[in-house]
Amino acid sequence: MGELRAYGALFLGQWRSLASYRASFAVDLATNILGAVLDVVAVLVLFGATRTVAGFTLREGLLVVSLSSCGFATADLVVGNIDRLKTYVRTGAMDAVLTRPLGALPQLVLMDMPLRKGLRVAVAVAVLITALRLNHVDWTPARAALVVIAPLSGALFFGAIFVASASLAFWWVESGEVGSAFTYGGRDFTAYPVPVFEGWFRAVFAYGMGFGFVAYQPALTLLEHPDPLGLPAGAGFLSPLVALVAAGVAAVVWRAGIRHYRSTGS
Amino acid sequence: MNGLDARVPGISPDRPFRGRVTTFGALSWSGFRRYATYRQATIAGSFTNTVFGFLRCYVLLAVAAGAAGGRAAGYDAEQLATFVWVGQGLLTVVSLWGWTELADRIRSGDVAADLLRPVHPVIGYLAPDLGRAAHAMIFRFLPPLTVGALFFDLYAPSRWFTVPLFALSVLLAVIGSFGLRFLVNATAYWLHDARGPITLWVLSAGVLAGLYFPLRFLPDWLAVTLWVGTPFPGLLQTPADVLVERDPAPVQAALVALQALWAAALLGLAAVVQRRAEKRLVAQGG
Repeated sequence: MGELRAYGALFLGQWRSLASYRASFAVDLATNILGAVLDVVAVLVLFGATRTVAGFTLREGLLVVSLSSCGFATADLVVGNIDRLKTYVRTGAMDAVLTRPLGALPQLVLMDMPLRKGLRVAVAVAVLITALRLNHVDWTPARAALVVIAPLSGALFFGAIFVASASLAFWWVESGEVGSAFTYGGRDFTAYPVPVFEGWFRAVFAYGMGFGFVAYQPALTLLEHPDPLGLPAGAGFLSPLVALVAAGVAAVVWRAGIRHYRSTGS
Repeated sequence: MNGLDARVPGISPDRPFRGRVTTFGALSWSGFRRYATYRQATIAGSFTNTVFGFLRCYVLLAVAAGAAGGRAAGYDAEQLATFVWVGQGLLTVVSLWGWTELADRIRSGDVAADLLRPVHPVIGYLAPDLGRAAHAMIFRFLPPLTVGALFFDLYAPSRWFTVPLFALSVLLAVIGSFGLRFLVNATAYWLHDARGPITLWVLSAGVLAGLYFPLRFLPDWLAVTLWVGTPFPGLLQTPADVLVERDPAPVQAALVALQALWAAALLGLAAVVQRRAEKRLVAQGG
């Protein structure tokens, strides 16, 4: 109970800081909405320059990008700021986090949850609803469940990617932008149908790391679109399983990182 | 007080021009050496640029494959691949992501020290930035481009003047980007915290400079408006278009001339803003 109250206090601190810098929060919020809209506009512009992209129409592409951005925006809101871990490790602020009798990960998450990113989730959900209306989905209980499960699994999956790539800082403090290749790179990968990519690059990202199951496979299952790459029709239902595996791997990496952590000594 | 005053002894008092050039060169070299010490960040950054190069390249190639005649917005597949990899390399050269040094120094008050130097603040920041860009040209531009050339068919320019024109275009892009970044950072003189404007800059620079998709994918009227009305296409789209010879030679040259106009205007504006800010700083300091 006391623990929960402590977490609550960390979260309330966030709200209080927002209330004191209202103008800055408003600008951040507006910029974030603009960013969310631009992500979708980029996809629209690219599809607009051609008839189909790797055999997918604009409507189908919109469903893929909206599923991807629902998952990414939620994960980014909850754990996105974990990528500041490298700053905490370098400055030694991580010591203070570890001495408190609370979990290290929940503390870091609640210490600076970027609430300004909240509206990004709203924009992403709005685009998902639009995409579902534009496409003809043959609704069954299983597909209705998938519409809810897929974004949540995507959020869990991206959350795992955020935590795992931030953990890199425990071993390599100067890892800098490497994590972005998998977090933001992963978002860009999942924003398009997987057949857009080719060769070993596709194999590594889509199946090796599991990004193919965030948006592409669930979208195929929803649309009853056969997979040009040959996975069976129900593969979209695997997305929660893939997300759980990713979360398990991220948890192991995180724990190993915490154990490996040696203070900067300053 | 025979011969003693507050004047700084010049490097070459009889030839002031030579002195200025030497100072500029020394400042640039210091910028180059500074970034040469961030070796791990250079490796990490190049890795990420390369991953994004693969992502964007495959997407644009799929777009070209789906378009009529295999050409999208006037680019063939090789030109698009080159566009992507040149863009991934150049984005660090023109520093499309954040640069907050001036804003940080304004906030902390360190900027007062810059005003004491016998170099104009705009020049004092421009020279090291050119050094930084030269470093990035070798260590951030070439690695992704090399990987791109290994895995994709890239476009080899056919006109003899394309490569020198590209070099000039990159130089103008760095100056233009510096002017914009200086102006965005200088808002801190008035706002004390330039984070809002900087976030907005990162977002608009990425889209309007042609990093996410070539601006030619937009309707013509919009692309022309962006080119003439804003300096952003000059940061990335123009150098890339020049290198892949997207346009006939006269248009190619005209685009670089437009870039030069914008670069000059932005530097001039930066100097004006700096002068006004200095007056304000003096008023604040009492």
